Amino acid sequence: MPAIFPFSAIVGQDEMKLALLIAAIDQSVGGVLVFGDRGTGKSTTVRALAALLPPMPVVAGCRFNCAPGTGCTHTHEAETAASAPVPVVDLPLGATEDRVVGALDLERALVHGQKAFEPGLLARAHRGFLYIDEVNLLEDHLVDLLLDVAASGENVVEREGLSIRHPARFVLVGTGNPEEGELRPQLLDRFGMSVEVRTPEDLKTRIEVVRRRDDFERNSDAFIARFAEDEDRLRSHIVAARERVPGIPTSDHALERAAQLCADVGTDGLRGELTLVRAARALAALEGASAIDDVHLRRVAPMALRHRLRRTPLSSPDSGARVERAVADLFGGSGERLVI
Amino acid sequence: MSNDAPQKNATWNDACLAAAIVAIAPHAIGGIVVRARSGPVRDVWLAHLKSLLSEAMPLRRVPLNAGDDRLLGGLDLSATLAQGRPVAERGLLAEADGGLLVIPSAERLDGGRTARIVRTLDYGRVEMERDGLSAKLPARFGIIALDEGVEPDETVATALRDRLAIWLSLDGLSLRDTGISTDWPHRIAAARRLLPETTADANLATLFCEAGCALGIHSIRAPILAIAIARINAALDGRTQATTADAEVAARLVLGPRATRLPTEAPPENPDGPEDEPQQAQAPETTDPGGEDTQPEQAITPEDMELVLAAAQAAIPNAVLATLAEQKVTGRAPPSSGKVGASQASKLRGRPAGVRRGEPRNGNVLSLIETLRAAAPMQVIRKRLRGGPQLLEDGRERIEVRADDFRIARFKQKTTSTTIFVVDASGSSALHRLAEAKGAVEIILSECYVRRDSVALIAFRGTTADTLLPPTRSLTRAQRSLAGLPGGGGTPLATAIDTAVQLAATQKQKGISPTVVMLTDGKANIDRAGKPGRKTAMADALTVAENMRALGINALLIDTSPRRNAEAEQLAAGMGARYLPLPHADSTRLSQAVFASRRDQDGTGPRN
Repeated sequence: MPAIFPFSAIVGQDEMKLALLIAAIDQSVGGVLVFGDRGTGKSTTVRALAALLPPMPVVAGCRFNCAPGTGCTHTHEAETAASAPVPVVDLPLGATEDRVVGALDLERALVHGQKAFEPGLLARAHRGFLYIDEVNLLEDHLVDLLLDVAASGENVVEREGLSIRHPARFVLVGTGNPEEGELRPQLLDRFGMSVEVRTPEDLKTRIEVVRRRDDFERNSDAFIARFAEDEDRLRSHIVAARERVPGIPTSDHALERAAQLCADVGTDGLRGELTLVRAARALAALEGASAIDDVHLRRVAPMALRHRLRRTPLSSPDSGARVERAVADLFGGSGERLVI
Repeated sequence: MSNDAPQKNATWNDACLAAAIVAIAPHAIGGIVVRARSGPVRDVWLAHLKSLLSEAMPLRRVPLNAGDDRLLGGLDLSATLAQGRPVAERGLLAEADGGLLVIPSAERLDGGRTARIVRTLDYGRVEMERDGLSAKLPARFGIIALDEGVEPDETVATALRDRLAIWLSLDGLSLRDTGISTDWPHRIAAARRLLPETTADANLATLFCEAGCALGIHSIRAPILAIAIARINAALDGRTQATTADAEVAARLVLGPRATRLPTEAPPENPDGPEDEPQQAQAPETTDPGGEDTQPEQAITPEDMELVLAAAQAAIPNAVLATLAEQKVTGRAPPSSGKVGASQASKLRGRPAGVRRGEPRNGNVLSLIETLRAAAPMQVIRKRLRGGPQLLEDGRERIEVRADDFRIARFKQKTTSTTIFVVDASGSSALHRLAEAKGAVEIILSECYVRRDSVALIAFRGTTADTLLPPTRSLTRAQRSLAGLPGGGGTPLATAIDTAVQLAATQKQKGISPTVVMLTDGKANIDRAGKPGRKTAMADALTVAENMRALGINALLIDTSPRRNAEAEQLAAGMGARYLPLPHADSTRLSQAVFASRRDQDGTGPRN
């Protein structure tokens, strides 16, 4: 297992990191799409998240990551609780359908002539993250399959007398480069948040990126140890934020603001508003606030909305800028700087 | 020509040095892009490289058409059937672990395969999730990408190129230049032992980042890879500390070939060219504690910087130098995505097709191997259910295949047509025309998304015609290239038609049918040689128009002048193009006209 670059050691790329943290705090916000330049540490950041997340309680021996007390029927013994790392499962390009949804256990079928189900990537990702690098190159039939499962939260496999149905709820994380092609609108829609990353331009930042990378590659253990404390701190922030989320009310004010903003930028459907409010709540929780504030809405508006704008000819490709203009209009003046 | 002997010598020496470096630590440097036609010089270099590999280092070639089963691995069908248990087959990527992966004609590698290879390179392992098998296999290799591109734009996809430290060009070398010293093998063996304890001076990071900025290198991988090269070079020299001397080598091999700007110019305020709008508001830092421990700035001396820049500059390829010089004259920056032509070109060949479950009906084609692969695991179970094997007449066991096993081959979604817009950006009405053309391009692109067609855009003004947008399906890219398109100046019609014909011809070669849509008032005033003069300009335009007709390129000329204009009509006739006067063409009408013209070409009959 190659060493994993610590999340807190990643220089810059704050919007991407924030979106991932929000998704980790409240899974219902939905997936994260990261589009942007090459070499900006997109995959590094996603993999770093896996190492950062606090473990989750599971039913011991359940191959579908069931949570204790949810009526798991996948083990034969009495239910006992255990703790397992939150799965961040890679869906590599070139994966075949049977490995994604699960299929017959080959070994047992061939050697013992038994029909047994071997869970696929979707089962493994349940309650965690499913990560697709170069998501815009994913084959169409796999996209269809993902859309299906994402809509129902359940994976159904019917094949040759095997009939399996298991929960598959996960946060979809996709990264890609827009120059490789567009994403299908239906898939785009499944992502709660979308961030754009750029190669840092600032020389100091660049030097720091290069230096940390070099340090990490030369002695990864020492490097990881150097950031262990930061990782612990961030991890406890996440845990605290998760506990705080249910206690933060959805105020009428926040709802109105979100609705207005969505109307101003012209998003389709209600999902934008919902995501906006949920993401703002997760952010509020992360910052220890007890209510959703305009400041929170402002911060998350670009990532919650930029991929939901209707694309019109002659529109600027940078939809993030459009959202920001609308935000500035609504929340009063562009002169006001965000200070947190 | 005698005075370029030292230069050739230096090029070849660097090529040998590059081979040594990649042979010492293939995975640490990503690999090498070797730009050269297939020929004896490249063969000598490859043979030399091969001789430097230790016995434990494999070398695998990736055929351009390698499927996922060959690339990533999967179920070994015959072994599985024979042994009655699942047998996995390793793919090329896993087989290359510890050694080199050679990609011939790398400029033609398509987007899907590129993505798979690049990911494996990044992770250092193959994650195989195929045919009921799940495995993580080590795959730490270096890549030798053999770039046989001819046109400057025809090169290895950026996603791959960016990750390979060394960009080498063997063009212009002949066999005479290829002497090889014999002491490489033992130096390499020594370097391999020394490398793990070799460190780099702390100031090298600063040095490479600053040099990168001065040379207009946007990628942040470049300085990271440069450090790796410096370390290996130090080890090759028998030292355990990489210093400025090694930085020079790294600058030559890594930075120089990536330069987009000459270092003598003061770095512009915005080093990324025209495309950048003010950055989106960065979310203020709340979660990044990293900033605290920034190390004290390492001092670098101006002398160090000068050495590194001089070394890099010496390695800037001639072709790049020429472009840079041209930019200086015209004061124009290159189009921001000018080099992505290759990845685009390769994408036209479609995604890897793969197979899926389904019935071989409705024109679907059964994939026999994949069907057998799907049936294989079920044999024992089916036999048992039946109470014994089914025997064929000759006594052999029958393989039981059921409808559930059927796998159908999926065909590549090919781009079938490219619409090439040729837009007159000269004169006063240019801005309006351009805006409408841009609108039309975007309308067509959004329609094309479903059809997987692509568009390209050539603009002409002053004395030149530029391909602002190479054929693409990406809305994002199109919008980027179209933003900030300049207007005004003379009308070099002949050059414009020339450029369009060339582009259309390359598309044709790829099996894509081009449609040229020209927006102009037809009033040429710059001739083919770039000289002003109405008469010669028009004569030249008509001459090159003939080429277009001779090649049978489907074309549409939209006359944008206020009234129907004889010159434009004449030009259309010369090009064999349909003539369409649209004095106040807006983007919607333009796109409608283009769709109509395509329908004609498709043979579904003209509409009035």
